[in-house]
Amino acid sequence: MLTNTTKTPVYELTKADKRFVGWHILFAVSALTIGSLFGPLQALEHAGVNWYPKLDFLFIKLDGINSYYQGLTLHGVLNALIWTTFFITGFTTLVVIRGLKRPLTHPLLNKIGFWMMVVGLVTAAVPLLGNKASVLYTFYPPMEADTLFYIGLVLVVVGSWTEGWGFYLTLWSWRKENRETRTPFVVLAVVINMVMWQIATLGIATEILGLILPWTFGWTGGIDPQLSRTFFWFTGHPLVYFWLLPAYASWYGMLPKQAGGKLFSDSLARLAFWLFLVLSIPLGFHHQFVDPGVPSGWKFIHSILTFGVAFPSFLTLFTVVAGLEYAARKRGGKGLFGWIRALPWKDASVTAQLLAGILFLFGGIGGIANASYSLNLVLHNTSWVPGHFHLTVASAATLSFFGISYWLVPYISGKPLWKPKWALASSWIYFSGMLVFSNAMHTVGLLGAPRRTPLGLAPYVPAEWNGHLFRVALGGSIMYIGLMMYVTVVAFTAFQRKRLPQGEHVEIPIAESMQDPQLTPVWLDRWKPWLIATAVLIILAYGPQLFDQIAGIESTSPGFTP
Amino acid sequence: MSAPETKEKIPLHVDPTEKAWIRTAIVVLGVFIVAVTVAGFMLGIQVPTNEQRVNPQTIQDAPPWSEPGVREIVAGEKYDVYIVAKRFFYEPSTVEVPVGAEVTFYVTSTDVQHGFKIEHTNINFMAIPGEVSKLTATFTEAGTYDYICTEYCGLGHAVMFGSVTATP
Repeated sequence: MLTNTTKTPVYELTKADKRFVGWHILFAVSALTIGSLFGPLQALEHAGVNWYPKLDFLFIKLDGINSYYQGLTLHGVLNALIWTTFFITGFTTLVVIRGLKRPLTHPLLNKIGFWMMVVGLVTAAVPLLGNKASVLYTFYPPMEADTLFYIGLVLVVVGSWTEGWGFYLTLWSWRKENRETRTPFVVLAVVINMVMWQIATLGIATEILGLILPWTFGWTGGIDPQLSRTFFWFTGHPLVYFWLLPAYASWYGMLPKQAGGKLFSDSLARLAFWLFLVLSIPLGFHHQFVDPGVPSGWKFIHSILTFGVAFPSFLTLFTVVAGLEYAARKRGGKGLFGWIRALPWKDASVTAQLLAGILFLFGGIGGIANASYSLNLVLHNTSWVPGHFHLTVASAATLSFFGISYWLVPYISGKPLWKPKWALASSWIYFSGMLVFSNAMHTVGLLGAPRRTPLGLAPYVPAEWNGHLFRVALGGSIMYIGLMMYVTVVAFTAFQRKRLPQGEHVEIPIAESMQDPQLTPVWLDRWKPWLIATAVLIILAYGPQLFDQIAGIESTSPGFTP
Repeated sequence: MSAPETKEKIPLHVDPTEKAWIRTAIVVLGVFIVAVTVAGFMLGIQVPTNEQRVNPQTIQDAPPWSEPGVREIVAGEKYDVYIVAKRFFYEPSTVEVPVGAEVTFYVTSTDVQHGFKIEHTNINFMAIPGEVSKLTATFTEAGTYDYICTEYCGLGHAVMFGSVTATP
C-alpha cells in the first residue's frame, strides 16, 4: 500500500532540492489549512447556523473574524491563489529536475522567486487578517482594499514568474545539450503551464500596476471599474487552467505508471498541452457575458472560443482513460467497464486522482453550460458558479494534489506514508462531501440563489431553497473532515521519526509512452509556432476591445471600503 | 528552443479509436456552437451590450436618473424602468408594470459594482459604476418577482433586493 519504492532510483534529487520543494509544500498545505477553516462555516451559515464566534479563540489577537466576507476573502485567496500557486511551483520544480535528470541551472533565481512569493503572502496576510482587505479574491474596484494587499498579490505573481524563468533556462540548456531528443512529456507539460501562466497574468499585473495602485496612491481621481474587470478576466479564466494543467500532467504522465500502465499517446498528449497554451487565454469575455461595457459580438466570439478549449479536454479524457484501461487490463481487468475494478483502488495516491477525474467530468460539463452565451443568463453569479468551480479547482486540482502529495511528501522527506488507510479514506470522504455539496450548490443556483451571499441573513430566501441549503452545509462539513485527514496524513508523514528502510527510495512515477517519443512529430516539440499562434490569437480576440476600452477609459469612480 | 531538423517528416500517429473519438468531440462541440448561435441570433436571447458611459458621481443630477422609476412609453404595451443600485438598496425598491407589456430595464450603480437579477426571468446582469446595463423582458404571469443583488457590494449585500409587481 505504500507508494512504490525502489533500491535504485533513476535519478535522485539532491537534499537541497528536496528541501526546496518541501518549503513549497509546507506553505501550500499551511495556506490550505487556514483557508479551508472557513469553508464549513460558510456552508453552515447557509443553513442558518452561525459558528463564526467559535473561531474567536484562534484569532483572539485580531478581535475574531469580523465578517463573513473576511472569512470568504481568506478562503478564496488562501485556497484558490496560495495553496495552488505554491503547490504547483513546488511540483513543477520536482518534475523539471527529475524529468530532465539534471539540477536547475539557476537555482538562485528559483530561490529568489520562491521567497518573493513568501514575502508577498505575508504582505497580503497583514491586511487580510486585520479585516482591511475583505474584498474577495476578485477585488473588483471601486471596492478598495489596503494597498499592501495589492502589493502582496503582485509579489506572489512576480515571484511565480521568476520561478518560471528558472524552469525555462533549465529546459533551454537541456535542449541545447539534447538536440536529437524529444523533451520528456511531463516536463514539457509543466513548463507549458508556467509559460501560459506568465502570459495570462499580464492582465492582472496591468490591472494592479496600471490602474489600482495609481488609484490607491491617490494619483488618479478615480478608477474605471469596467476596464479593471476586463484586465482581471484576461487572467481569471486561464487561472483555472493554471490549476488544472499540473493535474492533467499527472493524469497523463504519472498516473498510468502508478496504475501499472503507460501513456497511451505521447503525440496527442503534447498536442493537448499546446492547444491549452494557445486557447486558454483568448476567451475571458465569457466571464463578462453580462457586463454592460463589452459588446455582445465579442461575447459571442469568446463563447465559441471557449468551446474550442473544451476540445483538448476531450482529448485528455480519451488518452487518460485509455492509459488507465491498458493498465487495468494488464492487471487482469475484464469487460467493457469491468476493468475499472482492476485499477489499484487501494493505492491512496491513485484513488485520489481517479476520484478527482470523476468529479471533473461533472465540472467539465457544467463549464460548457457556463460558457454558453445564452445559458449563462440563468447561471451568472448564482451559487451554481461556486458549485462549478469547487469541481474544478477544489476537486480536479486539489484532490489530484492530495494524490500527488501521497508520493511526493514521502519522496522529499524520505519517510513512509503515515497511515495509508487514512490517506485512502480522506479522498473518499472528501469526494462524497463534494458530491453532496456541489450538487446542492448547482441546484439552488438554478433556483436563483445568488453566490457570495450569507443566505442565512438574506430576507428573500424562499422555502424551496432550504432543503438544498441544508445539503450545502452537510456536504461542506463532510468535505472538511476529508480535508483535515489529508492535512493530518501529510503533516505526520513529514514530521514523524520513522524513516524509510536504509537503501530504499520512493520512486517518482513517470510513465513511459506506448510509442517511442522519438516518433512524435517534431512540430509537437517546438515552441516557436505555438508561441506565435498564442500571441496572434490573443491579439485577434482581445486587441480591438482592449484598444477601445483603453481609449475610452473614464476614471470616475472613487474608492469604497467594504 | 528549436528541435532538430529531421530528414524525413514523421507523420502524426493517431490510434483508430482515438480518431473516432476526435470526430465525436468535434461533432458534439459543433452541435453546442450551433445551439448557442441559434439561441443568440434566432430565438432573440439577448445579453447586455454597450449602452452608454456615465459619470457615477454626477449621474443623479439630471433626468432620467434624478428620478428613477417607471416611464410609460405606450400605455399597457411599452415601459422603461430606471433603477439605481446603491449600497445596500435599489432606488426604487418596488416597481409595478402590467402583465404582457414590453419592459426595458436600465440599471446603473453610483458606488461599487452590484448585480441585478430578476428571479424567474432572463434578466441578469452586472450594475457597474460608469456604465448603464439594459435588457428587455415581458412578464407573462401576474405576480411579484424579486430583483436581487448578485455581486458582493459590502457588508449589507445580503439584504439588498427589490421587487417587480406584474399586475393584470
